[in-house]
Amino acid sequence: MATIEIDGKTIDVDEEGYLVNLSDWTDKVAEMFAGQDNLKMTDSHLEVIKFLREYYDEYQIAPAVRVLTKAIGKKLGPEKGNSKYLYDLFPYGPAKQACRYAGLPKPTGCV
Amino acid sequence: MAAKVEFQVPALRPYPYVPDLVPDSMKGKGPFVAKPDFQTPLGFPGPLVDNWQEVAIEKMGEMLKKYRSLRVYLDVCVRCGACTDKCHYFLGTRDPKNMPVARQDLLRQVYRRYFTLAGKFFPKLVGAKDLTKDVLDDWYNYFHQCSQCRRCSVFCPYGIDTADISMAAREIMDSIGLGQKYCNEIIGKVYKIGNNLGLPEPALRNTLEGLEEDIQTDIGVPVRFPIDEEGADILLVTPSADFFAEPHIDGLIGYAKVFHQAGMSWTLSSYASEAGNFGMFIGSYENMRQISLRIRKAALDLKVKRIVFGECGHAWRVAYSFLNTLAGPFDFLDPKYPVPQHICEVTLDLIKRGALKLDKTANDHRRITFHDSCNVARGSRMGDKPGGQFFIPREVIKASCNFFYDMPADTIHDQTFCCGGGGGLLTDDLIELRVKGALPRIEALKHVVDTHSVTNMASICAICKSQFTKVLPYYGFKMDMIVSVHQLVSTAIVL
Repeated sequence: MATIEIDGKTIDVDEEGYLVNLSDWTDKVAEMFAGQDNLKMTDSHLEVIKFLREYYDEYQIAPAVRVLTKAIGKKLGPEKGNSKYLYDLFPYGPAKQACRYAGLPKPTGCV
Repeated sequence: MAAKVEFQVPALRPYPYVPDLVPDSMKGKGPFVAKPDFQTPLGFPGPLVDNWQEVAIEKMGEMLKKYRSLRVYLDVCVRCGACTDKCHYFLGTRDPKNMPVARQDLLRQVYRRYFTLAGKFFPKLVGAKDLTKDVLDDWYNYFHQCSQCRRCSVFCPYGIDTADISMAAREIMDSIGLGQKYCNEIIGKVYKIGNNLGLPEPALRNTLEGLEEDIQTDIGVPVRFPIDEEGADILLVTPSADFFAEPHIDGLIGYAKVFHQAGMSWTLSSYASEAGNFGMFIGSYENMRQISLRIRKAALDLKVKRIVFGECGHAWRVAYSFLNTLAGPFDFLDPKYPVPQHICEVTLDLIKRGALKLDKTANDHRRITFHDSCNVARGSRMGDKPGGQFFIPREVIKASCNFFYDMPADTIHDQTFCCGGGGGLLTDDLIELRVKGALPRIEALKHVVDTHSVTNMASICAICKSQFTKVLPYYGFKMDMIVSVHQLVSTAIVL
């Protein structure tokens, strides 16, 4: 099992770099994952991640990209409620990259 | 002065391009292996069993008895070479083991060693090989570099179905505990949750309610997305990506608008919330059957009269070609309609009867081409005429758009190039293969972009749509260049 080290704590990740236990997540995990992709975590990233985690708590899955853009648009203004905004933040795709930073499992299937 | 001729002189074409070989360029460990947890629900062992060699050969023997076709395919190849340059993965990677004949030979060499007289006694003379760990590693790597698209089979004078051979190889590997994570985790999710995505019912309902709100806000029409409505006429079975990804979801909106305008009664099912059937990709008849039976149960429980499939390539192959054998008879459905029907058939029929109001000019900002998905093109048919799977989606597009241009003839219809992500390979750990395998399709796309200023490519397969969204940017095209066919209908329809 692959692991990452944060503040002396060893955390399990799967072969694709997703957290094995959702409860291991902290802001620092997100920062470390972003660092692995040479991205810098900002408040804008964290806003999206926070929404993903809340949605996951309720529905046990990440939201559809459309649901995510709509929610971000409502919360942060219509100029941010589009997939371009999300892809600018998470260039590898909001569904997978943002889920990984949020400590959620990777969406599977034909997506 | 040039001689006067009475006939049209053919235009010179670029010399057929066959790449130089780069041996072992795609040698590797293959995609992630399924953990035992992903193997068990499918009835497979895991991890790799101790006596794997013995079990694998026994399994191969069993399959040779059960499927005569497999033995014929392994026996009849004469190495004519017609298939060699027909595979998109070979053209994109230049690895000689991605020539369809060479990929087949990985299995054929073992077949010869253990199941033919010559191979048992004179292995070297007939290219027979022991099943060693190196051979097994090559199996795992290269049988996961075949998208089972069957383009090579179109050109094989003996009709050898390479996809069947890849499926058989994957079935043998599953039986010894060497499964692929991507496919097998997904099949487990279908059993546990009902779809490939792992989308639970409350999330599905929430997504559908959101779509109803969006359409109401956008155009002020109460278009519904019914779910689990007993007594509806039509059960719509669609890939779960239609509830999640883009541009898939725009296609789903299109289906709903079509049903709305035609006044048809329809429903989705939370139990059978997946059209896709990855049981086919891993060559497992039993898993393919289990997944298909969910659709039968949903149709019975909801007391529907018809089953319609949404835009999903391999789902349509399973539905059109195998559903009745796997989960039939469907004698409880209305015999006036084919079982099953494709959403494009339904839409085209409505268009022909004048039941849909379409304003083509609404799509005038788009110039469209159509990507034939391999499992639809080469593994099924559509409607009641030969070639329906080619012209029905195109007629739907042409009824919705003013500008349509086909890609070159040797890259469409039954000669279509795979998107590069089919057959259970649409996973991030195979991204290099996916990008390289998309090359021939994207070259053909570039041709119509250059000659006809095409802006968008439409498709009727969830895998194709996700694959192109991901790989188009590698070639300098925008990810939203790929669209759903019913997204075009959705834009044109006047409610």
